[in-house]
Amino acid sequence: MVFMNNLVEINKLAFQRNSRAIFKDVDIFIPQGKVTAIMGPSGTGKTTLLRLIGGQLIPAKGSIKVAGQEVPKLSRHALYNLRKRMGMLFQTGGLFTHLTVFENVAFPLREHTKLSNSMIRSLVLMKLEMVGLRGARNLMPSELSGGMGRRVALARAIALDPELIMYDEPFSGQDPISMGVLVKLIRTLNDALGLTTVIVSHDVQETLSISDYAYVISDGGIIGKGTADSINNNQSPQLQQFLQGLPDGPVPFHYPGNSLERDLMSENMHA
Amino acid sequence: MLNHVAELGQLGLDVLRKYGRAGILLYRAVFRVPNIRKGFPLVVQQIYAEGVLSLLIIVVSALFIGMVVALQGYHTLSKFGAAQQLGPLVALSVARELGPVVTALLFAGRAGSALAAEIGLMKATDQLSSMEMMAVDPLQRVIAPRFWGGFISMPLLAIIFNIVAIYGAYLVGVKWLGMDAGAFWSNMQSAVDFRLDILNGIYKSVVFGVVVTWIALYQGYDAVPTSAGIANATTRTVVYSSLAVLGLDFVLTAMMIGGW
Repeated sequence: MVFMNNLVEINKLAFQRNSRAIFKDVDIFIPQGKVTAIMGPSGTGKTTLLRLIGGQLIPAKGSIKVAGQEVPKLSRHALYNLRKRMGMLFQTGGLFTHLTVFENVAFPLREHTKLSNSMIRSLVLMKLEMVGLRGARNLMPSELSGGMGRRVALARAIALDPELIMYDEPFSGQDPISMGVLVKLIRTLNDALGLTTVIVSHDVQETLSISDYAYVISDGGIIGKGTADSINNNQSPQLQQFLQGLPDGPVPFHYPGNSLERDLMSENMHA
Repeated sequence: MLNHVAELGQLGLDVLRKYGRAGILLYRAVFRVPNIRKGFPLVVQQIYAEGVLSLLIIVVSALFIGMVVALQGYHTLSKFGAAQQLGPLVALSVARELGPVVTALLFAGRAGSALAAEIGLMKATDQLSSMEMMAVDPLQRVIAPRFWGGFISMPLLAIIFNIVAIYGAYLVGVKWLGMDAGAFWSNMQSAVDFRLDILNGIYKSVVFGVVVTWIALYQGYDAVPTSAGIANATTRTVVYSSLAVLGLDFVLTAMMIGGW
């Protein structure tokens, strides 16, 4: 790793759900101040990785350090203090449906600070201004489009000025315009606020276009890492299948089963 | 054969694990109370959502149940020339049994199912997770106020049920069937004991309040975060709470009957 200063360090991480191994021996480093992308096919545990970093899940083995603190070993109190320094944007946005846009963004401020109402109002309006939704502050989440909802969730995630912000599939299901808005916003916020950003996504080109460093995970391990160029030029068949979206390759098109001949010739109709 | 035994064991373990998780949830909801300044408005909101919004169904049911009991009771009692005992009959059956039990069943259907669906939906849409990631404990912020809201609302609803049901009986017995109002009320007053009948009924409703709210919160919090999962959680809330209420009612009655 070329960067010396890592905000998140994951060493020899192993995690399994039921009996299925999601990660086996994974090392990931998230450098401070940069945008790092974690990519991979669906179901490879990208979201799980974010939940591990946020301390919502406990790994089977290995260490996860955020800002020098070993996350799985923290007490509840220490973990909650650490989480105040993290922001996370969930795929669904996770907005509170019974609160307005304004109150959603104000929620972490009201919970964690003793600021006066006028101060909270100024802060919330500033955060909403950054994502371009100051005018939408009185709407309910149900009145927002998908892209707007994510931008509100983004404003809420940066309300406490975190050091680390994690995005879970920020681009999935977005039309080209809101995708463009989000792509630009993620990069701008990272640079303007001096954040450290982690993006988990399978939208390859959009993600690579704004990331300084990227990891590609599949089958519980890392199949590629590096800058956008070095990832694009990596000739590993697994990586190329993922980057180019080839239907068949190391990840087979057919779900494993009997051969077609055998299934067709089989007498037993229910087999 | 051995497989079946193993499956049975697994089933037993799963059930025990669920009870364990439900117990932990209750423990945290009770003991991780938010501070008064933040917690009080949240609890008041929940008393409104669970208690006040259940009032309509409780009041209407109570009125009709009181009227039906009076009608049936009058009919039967007058065969033995004991129609004057209608007041005690209605008051005792409502205060001891119908009040707490029917209120709890209605509460499970109205407020319990709403709680389970609301919390399941919050879970499915990552609202609980994002709250956790904002360093706000959902058990403290979401579960605890709802628990206390149910705990406080249920006995109040049961008291209102009792009052309205007895009034319904008065309407039928006195206003319609022409019983003497003085006999109706004075016989009732002399037959009903405040501690043994009224208070015991309220104790029951406190227990039912805890159990129904607990089941609803657990089912919502533990729901599979999909639309089918939420539907299941809502159904299970109503079924389990109703069974628990009826079963517990028997146990509580058996414990209280010594005094009657």
